[in-house]
Amino acid sequence: MIEARGIVKRFGDFTALDGVSVDVPTGSLTALLGPSGSGKSTLLRVVAGLEQPDAGEVSLDGEDVTRLPPQSRGVGFVFQHYAAFKHMTVWDNVAFGLTIRRRPRSEIKQRVTELLDLVQLSGLAKRYPAQLSGGQRQRMGLARALAVDPKVLLLDEPFGALDARVRKELRIWLRRLHDETHTTTVIVTHDQEEAMDVADRVVVMNAGRVEQTAPPRELYDHPANEFVMSFVGPVNRLGDTFIRPHDVELLLEPNGSTQEAMVQRLVHLGFEVRVELVRDDGETLSAQLTREQVETLELQHGQIVYVRPTHQTVFAD
Amino acid sequence: MAANAGTVPAAPGARRSLAPGLSIGLSTLYLSLIVLLPLAALSWRAHGWGAVSTPQAVAALRLTLGLSVAVALVNAVFGTAIAWTLVRDRFVGQGFVNALVDLPFALPTIVAGLTLLALYGPKSPVGINAAFTRWGLLLALLFVTLPFVVRTVQPVLFELDREMEDAAASLGAGRVTTFLRIILPSILPAILSGVALAFARAVGEFGAVVLISGNLPFKTEVVSVYVLGRLESNDSGGAAAASVVILLISFGVLLAIGGLRRWVTRHDR
Ligand SMILES: Nc1ncnc2c1ncn2[C@@H]1O[C@H](COP(=O)(O)OP(=O)(O)OP(=O)(O)O)[C@@H](O)[C@H]1O
Ligand SMILES: [Mg+2]
Repeated sequence: MIEARGIVKRFGDFTALDGVSVDVPTGSLTALLGPSGSGKSTLLRVVAGLEQPDAGEVSLDGEDVTRLPPQSRGVGFVFQHYAAFKHMTVWDNVAFGLTIRRRPRSEIKQRVTELLDLVQLSGLAKRYPAQLSGGQRQRMGLARALAVDPKVLLLDEPFGALDARVRKELRIWLRRLHDETHTTTVIVTHDQEEAMDVADRVVVMNAGRVEQTAPPRELYDHPANEFVMSFVGPVNRLGDTFIRPHDVELLLEPNGSTQEAMVQRLVHLGFEVRVELVRDDGETLSAQLTREQVETLELQHGQIVYVRPTHQTVFAD
Repeated sequence: MAANAGTVPAAPGARRSLAPGLSIGLSTLYLSLIVLLPLAALSWRAHGWGAVSTPQAVAALRLTLGLSVAVALVNAVFGTAIAWTLVRDRFVGQGFVNALVDLPFALPTIVAGLTLLALYGPKSPVGINAAFTRWGLLLALLFVTLPFVVRTVQPVLFELDREMEDAAASLGAGRVTTFLRIILPSILPAILSGVALAFARAVGEFGAVVLISGNLPFKTEVVSVYVLGRLESNDSGGAAAASVVILLISFGVLLAIGGLRRWVTRHDR
């Protein structure tokens, strides 16, 4: 269990964290989601002890660790740019935490073998980090962090430097790993799809503050505010009303509650089609339909349709 | 055809094989003209090898090598420490200190020798008389070789991935462990380069030591000064012979340092 209470962190007169409180339950996989510069990495580094907060407390499994140096916190950290020990082989990288604890040779050998198996790098133990691909390096980083049986595992955009396909593979793999090990894990990402895909809880951050903490589904269905609404998925904004593109229904005939709009563009995204529309009052919006629906409606560029939201959200301020 | 040559981009494969051939050729030619030829000429002139095995010559050779090794080692430690301070610490006057490091290079070495003699000589204002002693030699050599290790280590330390240190800390390494196991191995190649340069410079130094050493045979006479002595006694063959011997030894040491450096950077290949 990680508890961060009222964390404030300033760099000069810039406030990177402005009273952040986050709870990460034992055994959960929590995502820290937010735009670039929102303070995600800073929060993670404060939890790990790599950064000292100006105010607030951090506790791990009930123990106040705010004043403890990183080496005494029992935290595993995985870095976006791998932070591989370049002068050490994959084996020595993974063994590092155990070696400096002067564990018996046989134990180190057994544990490292086990971990390299787990991250599927057994054949590459003698290589140096420079001879690995990005994905392999990051799996090495993960094995290295897991070697010391950390109380919590902190991953700072672990797949950020990888291409989209490898990213997806690795996050599915990470989810499986977590289901096996149940290590309390926090993963930082600015990709909402990644957060929703991998995590069972998502903390949305913006400008040094927490906007909402919720399971992915709830976050999507009941966003706490405009920011969360527009950050966790595409959204149409009409006045103070927010409508998800898949909640926009298109009809060929008007009925009482519809509004007239013209089809401006049809974007085919495989199974789905994004229809970009402009209403008679000049407002633009997009609707997400299946290919079948588009074919049934025989939608064409320049066609007039009638728009009806099936679900919409208004935030009271 | 010729007019076209400049505008047609060479195939990547061709470029890759052409450039090294050309660069190796050019480097070899340059090195031959600037380094090998004079050295060959020197060896050619060397005769009277007996002069090299006289007790006086042997003492000068041993002193020079011993001092140079000492200077290289002291520099390895203090040069690294200074580079560390310049890169990792923030203090008032840092730019001033940074500029100070190069000063021994800018000073004509004979001037450096004079200054050191005035400072640490018989009329020393600080009460240290190191003139005509091996300590004086060591001081003079440390002075002129200071910049090497600092300037080779500084940029490497600057570029060093700080997250490696964060990673080590999160894995349980304290400051000392992180330094010994992460930072030191990363900057060791640079330290070795600086050490090699400092060693070579110390072996060949003349200007800075000629005044402070007092040239006492068997005591403070280094090879460069011994060679001058040979020349003054009209024994240019012996001078050349002594030079060739010290050069060969230095070359061996530099090769060994180079080999060590290649070994510690094996992960880059
Ligand atoms: N060491 C530092 N010195 C000064 N400012 C810093 C430092 N570290 C972070 N900041 C600032 O704090 C803010 C938050 O940084 P942080 O790295 O936590 O953002 P982030 O949410 O991780 O962003 P990204 O998704 O781009 O990694 C940024 O505006 C950044 O410029
Ligand atoms: Mg970040």
